[in-house]
Amino acid sequence: MSSALAATQNEFLGPAGADLNDLTRIIDSMLSHKIDFAELYFQSSRHESWVLESGIVKDASFSADKGVGVRALVGEKTGFAYSEEILLPALERAAEASRSIATRGNSGKVKLLSTPQQQPLYTDDDPIMSLSEKEKLAILKKLDQLARQLDPRVTEVIASLSGVFDKILICASDGTLASDIRPLIRANVTVIMQDKGKTERGGSGIGGRENYHMLSDELLAELAKEAVHQASINLEAIDAPAGNMPVVLGPGWPGVLLHEAIGHGLEGDFNRKGSSAFSGRIGQRVASPLCTIVDDGTIASRRGSLTIDDEGTQSQSTTLIENGVLVGYMQDKKNARLMNTQSTGNGRRESYSSLPLPRMTNTYMLSGESEPEDIIRSVKKGIYAPNFGGGQVDITSGKFVFTTSEAYLIEDGKVTAPVKGATLIGNGPDVLTKVSMVGNDLELDKGVGICGKEGQSVPVGVGQPTMKVDELTVGGTN
Amino acid sequence: MTNLQVSVSEHPADELDVKAEVEKLQSVGEDLLRMAKAKGASQVEVGVSKDIGLSVQVRNQQVDTLEYNRDNSFGLTVYFGHKKGIATTSDLTIEALSETVDAACNIARHTQEDPCSGLADAELMATQPVELELDCPMGVTAEIAKEYALACEAEGLNADARVEQSEGATFSSHRNIRFYANSHGFSAAVPSSRHSLSCVLIAQDEQGMQRDFWYSITRDAEQLETAKSIGEKAAKRAVSRLGGRKIATQKLPVVVTPEIARGLVGNFCAAIRGASLYRRSSFLLDQLNQPVFPEFVDMQEKPFLKKGLASSWFDNEGIATREQAIIKQGVLQTYLLNSYSARRLEMSPTGHAGGLHNLHIEPGNANNQNLSFDELVKQMHKGLIVTEVMGHGVNLVNGDYSRGASGFWVENGEIQHFVEEITIAGNLKQMFAGLQAIGTDLDYRSSTVTGSWLLSDMMIAGN
Repeated sequence: MSSALAATQNEFLGPAGADLNDLTRIIDSMLSHKIDFAELYFQSSRHESWVLESGIVKDASFSADKGVGVRALVGEKTGFAYSEEILLPALERAAEASRSIATRGNSGKVKLLSTPQQQPLYTDDDPIMSLSEKEKLAILKKLDQLARQLDPRVTEVIASLSGVFDKILICASDGTLASDIRPLIRANVTVIMQDKGKTERGGSGIGGRENYHMLSDELLAELAKEAVHQASINLEAIDAPAGNMPVVLGPGWPGVLLHEAIGHGLEGDFNRKGSSAFSGRIGQRVASPLCTIVDDGTIASRRGSLTIDDEGTQSQSTTLIENGVLVGYMQDKKNARLMNTQSTGNGRRESYSSLPLPRMTNTYMLSGESEPEDIIRSVKKGIYAPNFGGGQVDITSGKFVFTTSEAYLIEDGKVTAPVKGATLIGNGPDVLTKVSMVGNDLELDKGVGICGKEGQSVPVGVGQPTMKVDELTVGGTN
Repeated sequence: MTNLQVSVSEHPADELDVKAEVEKLQSVGEDLLRMAKAKGASQVEVGVSKDIGLSVQVRNQQVDTLEYNRDNSFGLTVYFGHKKGIATTSDLTIEALSETVDAACNIARHTQEDPCSGLADAELMATQPVELELDCPMGVTAEIAKEYALACEAEGLNADARVEQSEGATFSSHRNIRFYANSHGFSAAVPSSRHSLSCVLIAQDEQGMQRDFWYSITRDAEQLETAKSIGEKAAKRAVSRLGGRKIATQKLPVVVTPEIARGLVGNFCAAIRGASLYRRSSFLLDQLNQPVFPEFVDMQEKPFLKKGLASSWFDNEGIATREQAIIKQGVLQTYLLNSYSARRLEMSPTGHAGGLHNLHIEPGNANNQNLSFDELVKQMHKGLIVTEVMGHGVNLVNGDYSRGASGFWVENGEIQHFVEEITIAGNLKQMFAGLQAIGTDLDYRSSTVTGSWLLSDMMIAGN
């Protein structure tokens, strides 16, 4: 038994005076109804955040949450209940509630619970314990000082630090017995800058499945510099243009385009139901041959990475689009079973109190062959966008948006004036057919992505090389 | 899960012994205040939310998901002089609560002195409870919920041949107890209920699929819109999106439906929140007693509406709420301040910790006319009706607004066709000042009640 498994079993079952036999018995009791799949998901989560504003660390909070979610599947139906109490009577009641989706009649027995050994992709150190409170405060004060030193026009700095430590234990009627210990940290800085009666804001962040020691002095300096740079650029920004034009997206975080335009539409649930603009299109060309896109949960210590997903399936790298052709969807157990395929390790849930869904991990486009400078040089009139805020997609119509947080005009092959934030809109199934150049400079984002779906938030990563889309609609005012 | 019995699907999921729960919360609250005081805290506040209920989703006339919810959240804030610590937990056992007190006190030992932090002043505490009829349990079982959802979806699927599939119809019913107490002696527990029925449908033609939805949400299930009406509206909306196309890039007036208008009101409220103001990061700085909207615009906060979605007689700090004008004849009457932001701004708190408590916006225009939605569209003559916006393109620091949009193209005062894959852009300050009319098509599904808005020219980006 792995040490993580022993530790999580002890954490969840110890106080309840229960053991694996009790869990097997509960799953068996669910299988007495006509159920295809039964699952118990135990989670404990500790979270802290520290916020500096106006030069002082004035707000901080700590939260602890623990519970168990019980799920029963029959055909396309799901029954679900959960409890914050991890005691046998509460577990039995939750099991009863979730199995009420089906009628009595089976006499299934769970297979012997077993687990393959998984090499963890991240440390099992509790990030919250990795630094003293004094050291955490020192990081925030350093960010504040760095930002203010960089530019005297900075009037306010808001810096924050957050750490999460999750432990999960999963057992299910398909024999799954798995556990994971997941750290996650994040540091953010926002600056407000005033000049000649104008006010602007700039922000940056960094994070990953690590402890606070990843926040080196160099990284903090880079963080402050990026936020100050963004605010100062936006102070000079002119009105963004309106209409269709070529758009060059910078490397890294602009991969949010892939997440919205392509990623969500390739999640198994929408495709099982036939409600995605990509439904039934496996094997078809949906992008230019320059595009190969993967969802990869296996990169060590990344924000979107998972040793196992929230159903106990080992995380993997799934090719979604290969040289422009749609080759794969992202699956959880339920949708894979209904579509006669295998889970791709993309079953994720926000917590024990929400249902797992097919979700992305780290989604990115592989490098191409163009030099980034050549890509810029190829555009006569358009936009260069190295940084974005969030995006959104309607997976049924395929329309997606994302909003620039740093962007410039390209005029005669040169990056010129900064332009104000503008929303870009396109159509997922054809936007990548308009990709005419892909750079050789793949970057992943800095580890700050949050993806929302059906009200559930999970951490994700995105990435891409510099990329040129021949035509996107830019929502400026000019 | 302690209320669930053997035959779960027959048992009301919203059964809650309110009196016993309230007594329990009050005693837990008192324990906590005492424990924190014993640890040396000079001021303490406690907030608890208990929520139970269920939701049933059906899809293609089969049950898709049956979900029983039971959520607790408990939050404690301690002040050691002007140093503050917050801790929350979902575990209401005495051991967990004691650990939470320790965690909050530990944090307060490390945070720094902030002269503005602390509870709201004692003399501001609400003293007059008001019965607002917020708790209307319906005794819902999984079976009843399923029947509602099935009926709603069936109406939608049968409403139009072009509606070929459903993303699901959902009935959900929840009960909540909100408890707040602080070391000034303020303590209140408010039970409430909420019920909702929604339907999401997909219409299809040779050009592709379009999805749209309709929903109803109320405190009292008796007031829910009928399953028939919700299903039919969802179908009509999904079908109306077929045959869409882009339009040319141009500047034209825009009518936004109530869903979008209340989003703009949300942007307005965010810009007059204390935190945006003391950070000097709002496009509405120094606008108190200044015109923000045209003279015909009145926005009134109504905290005491019976069965109102955001009704409350106290705010999240225990301060008494009151009926007040936010906008009167276009002029900004108040900022939205909690005690912290009020101290930062050297002003008085306004009873808005946690936000507004119902906002009603009167229909009208500069000529004192009450226009229906159709009349607004006629008056616009040529332009765009926006029924959906997408993305996060709102900059509250400078008011810049740029969102993805879809809706309907209007010429000669008549709807011509659906429009998609376009953006609308402008600046909120100018959009508010240029508001031409507010329609009589009031939408009561939100704590902000407004009709559609006719806005002056915006930049529409398309082909």
